[in-house]
Amino acid sequence: MTGIAARHDNHAGIERRGLAELRGPLAFVEGVAGVAFHEFVDLEGSDGVTRPGRVLSTTERGAIVEVFGVTDGLQLGASSVRFHGRPMRFGVGPELLGRVFDGLGSPRDSLPPPACVERRTIGGSPINPCRRAYPRDFLETGVSAIDALNSIVLGQKIPIFTESGLAHDALAMQIIRQARAPSVEKFAVVFVALGLPRDVATRYLDDLQTSGSRGRLIAFLNLADDPTAERLITPRLALTAAEYLAFDAGYHVLVVLHDITNYGEALREISAARGEVPSRKGYPGYLYSDLASLFERAGRIAGRPGSITQIPIVTLPSGDLTHPIPDLTGYVTEGQIVLDREIARRGVYPPVAILSSLSRLMSDGIGEGRTRDDHPDVAKQLYAAVARVERARGLASIIGIDELTEIERTYLRFGESFERELLTQRGDESRTIGETLDRAWRVLHELPRAELTRVRDEILEKHYAP
Amino acid sequence: MSDPAARAGVITEISGWVVRARAEVPLALREVVLVGDERLIGEVIALNRGEVTIQVYEETEGVAPGHPLYATGEPLSLELGPGLLGGVFDGVQRPLRMLAEQEGDFIGRGSRLPALDREKLWDFKPAIEAGSDVEPGRVLGTVMETPALPHPIIVPEGVSGNVKWIAAAGPRRITDVIARLDDGRELTMLQKWRARVRRPVRERLVPDAPLITGQRVLDTFFPLARGGTAAMPGGFGTGKTVTQHQLCRWAEADVIIFVGCGERGNEITQLIDELPRLIDPRTKRLLAERSILIANTSNMPVSAREASLFTGVTIGEYYRDLGYDVLLLADSISRWAEALREISGRLGEMPAEEGYPPYLSSALAAFFERAGRVVTLSGGHGSLTVITAISPPAGDLTEPVTRHAARFVRTFWTLDRQLAAARVFPAVSTRASYSEVPPGVTNWWSSQVSPGWAAAREEAMTFLEEASRIEETARLVGADSLPERERFLLRLADTFQEGFLQQNAYDAVDACCTPARQMALLETFMRVRREGLEQIAKGTAASALPIDFAALQRMKTAKELP
Repeated sequence: MTGIAARHDNHAGIERRGLAELRGPLAFVEGVAGVAFHEFVDLEGSDGVTRPGRVLSTTERGAIVEVFGVTDGLQLGASSVRFHGRPMRFGVGPELLGRVFDGLGSPRDSLPPPACVERRTIGGSPINPCRRAYPRDFLETGVSAIDALNSIVLGQKIPIFTESGLAHDALAMQIIRQARAPSVEKFAVVFVALGLPRDVATRYLDDLQTSGSRGRLIAFLNLADDPTAERLITPRLALTAAEYLAFDAGYHVLVVLHDITNYGEALREISAARGEVPSRKGYPGYLYSDLASLFERAGRIAGRPGSITQIPIVTLPSGDLTHPIPDLTGYVTEGQIVLDREIARRGVYPPVAILSSLSRLMSDGIGEGRTRDDHPDVAKQLYAAVARVERARGLASIIGIDELTEIERTYLRFGESFERELLTQRGDESRTIGETLDRAWRVLHELPRAELTRVRDEILEKHYAP
Repeated sequence: MSDPAARAGVITEISGWVVRARAEVPLALREVVLVGDERLIGEVIALNRGEVTIQVYEETEGVAPGHPLYATGEPLSLELGPGLLGGVFDGVQRPLRMLAEQEGDFIGRGSRLPALDREKLWDFKPAIEAGSDVEPGRVLGTVMETPALPHPIIVPEGVSGNVKWIAAAGPRRITDVIARLDDGRELTMLQKWRARVRRPVRERLVPDAPLITGQRVLDTFFPLARGGTAAMPGGFGTGKTVTQHQLCRWAEADVIIFVGCGERGNEITQLIDELPRLIDPRTKRLLAERSILIANTSNMPVSAREASLFTGVTIGEYYRDLGYDVLLLADSISRWAEALREISGRLGEMPAEEGYPPYLSSALAAFFERAGRVVTLSGGHGSLTVITAISPPAGDLTEPVTRHAARFVRTFWTLDRQLAAARVFPAVSTRASYSEVPPGVTNWWSSQVSPGWAAAREEAMTFLEEASRIEETARLVGADSLPERERFLLRLADTFQEGFLQQNAYDAVDACCTPARQMALLETFMRVRREGLEQIAKGTAASALPIDFAALQRMKTAKELP
């Protein structure tokens, strides 16, 4: 990674007074030559305010610049552009911990900028697949719905799919507060607000700072009224910081990106301003690759101690799982945790929809020596049983409970006790994986032994007392 | 891609992966050029008078107008020869393991390493003597590429003559001359071939056998012919990747090529970790000794992702030409099509549906047509079977990539979200999948496994169809209101799903199921069905039938079948 930054330096700096065209977040500059692709730019507006920007395309005659700031009120002739001759960089170092930055990486906590050990380009380079270490170390969130049934491992990327009004903020904060891994001491959290309303962002910061997590937290805040284009930069700054902490300083880093839907919309806005050919619902054809360039920065590297785990939060536009943003996110990430309004209406917190949720990396991260020997069987059995509950519920709503067979009614009872005893927990309640699995067994006792076909006999002997 | 390259022009415009330049010397369409001071690899994709349009296979950050352009005089070619097996390459065949040694944990830019190791010595054994006449495809000698696979060294396309000299048995590098012809031409073990051009064969044949995958639902119900093509569409979370990895492990092919085309890095890493440890059940050798990974993950350059499919298929054709049965798995062609769309968009081409270029369909056709069973130039037999995953947006099977692919493949395995949510894997929908079973495949099953194969399959298909109708009724009226016959069939269908269709990838016995075993299981289920129906016709209640459903369900994991 080191060394890449220096190679791109191009020229000492070019200044140009006057713009040819302004269209939303895009500025067209003519009469400059030799400007490099993705070069870092300062645009000094006719109002005297300087906004950063980045070159989106460049020719011998001029360049198109994406401006991270408000362009309203600017005049063409009185504005000027300075090209820096290098791509955008962010200074990284141990002093980042405990700090709060704005969407462009300037301190937002009225403290001086932290000292940095190195300035790195923010785009990141792909990890060589031959050097990745396959993630298999369990990350305990203390939340039963996740730990038992959608276990997360260090280095995984798994989004929370939610809808407006559901308890995703409470759940995300609970995960941030409680997340731990056995024998891991250096743990850090990077919180990235993307177009988040001010009060929500403040709630996160207050919660995290009062709960004693402050020393291990870095926050990057692009708020709802901050410039849209800035949203494309914020997660890249944050991930550059996370990569430093994980792969240089040896931290296990949990990155929460909230909300990817806002990010996708920012991408669409810029794409439309450039006049690009859209694919689905007006989103650019490169939405998948662009999201991948963020999410694939999660992972572990062989021979390095740390890891980056990502939990992006995606608000489903009108609850639609097939919308391009959740759809393409689901294709890049390693599973998804789906929150469901109907479950929430029954008063269940966290309202995790077990059957539509999935952790792809779970099977290698649980079981003997990782969580507990009975964990894989318990999880499989719970999935199968919950699927039966769903079927029985569907049937009951058509023909009535009285018409159900005895075993179907047993499953309905199991379903209630599953939601009450295992799924439901307080927002400040942290359960160890042992406690979670013990609860799971208490719930499974609602079913006759003959129904537990997914559990091996030796495990049943140990845990299923008649 | 020989060095040093000559200066050929000056860069005039950069927009992502697409770069334009003013040519100072004549350049050819599809010629490889090097862009900027870092000499990033690119390919000429359009020529317009003095202006060249280039697709760059690396990140272009930092490239500026005025930077130099270099010509190589060669088209994008792949290196073919011993040393491919066990390798991990990116979309333009850069060796990722060696790259990691040179560059470290992250993939940098401008690194160019030959795909094949130049220093490694191979134990060459000549197969002909001086004085022999040779033509393309003729075997000059053999090296053991891995303990699992001998690698015949063949005369490249376009070369024939009389061998004046052939190397004696002994260790040779791939660039060492192993034969000299009467016209002075020198042959080595290393060949080059243009990725986008299909390799010639003597004759294309119709399929004569299935490619056994060890997966019951696929082999029994939706068989894929050796040399055939299959598409596997499935939304996210439907188990596409696990199913592909299963095929990679168990399919009966001599050489496996897995193209990770715009997919997750961790999944490729899982394969890289696992292949050197997995034992091939047939040869008892390591799977890594006969597999090749092409890894262009979702965050690696999009243009190289577009090339990765052709890199994979060309290597596949090469091993086919050596006389092997090759299986190419591509995950997924949706990401490949998106790469095509992105490049097309940057070129400002007029889009067709959903922004895809109008040539999407012909590009897919050209790719799938490279599969087949053939007589090679030297008269041997080889095959290339292609299985592609499709990631349809929103699981919508009417979207352009799925729709076009369906026209070119003969086997269509639809993965179903409902099945996946109920953790039924492989989540292959028996209603939405199909296979045009060629007569050669039916004949193979009848002669090699059981003469009753076609009838048993037919019976099972009818049974599944009836069971799914009954299930719909049961959903409306409750299972208790069904007649005895229907209750029995529903119960048996449940058991069949768990005991036959569903297959546990993590169970030592169940992960791979031989054709004989598949047939035995199928026949048992069909016998139980017939006997049960007879009993019910005689007045027995469904619940009183003397059938041990639990035992039926467990049969698939039993070491010995009853």
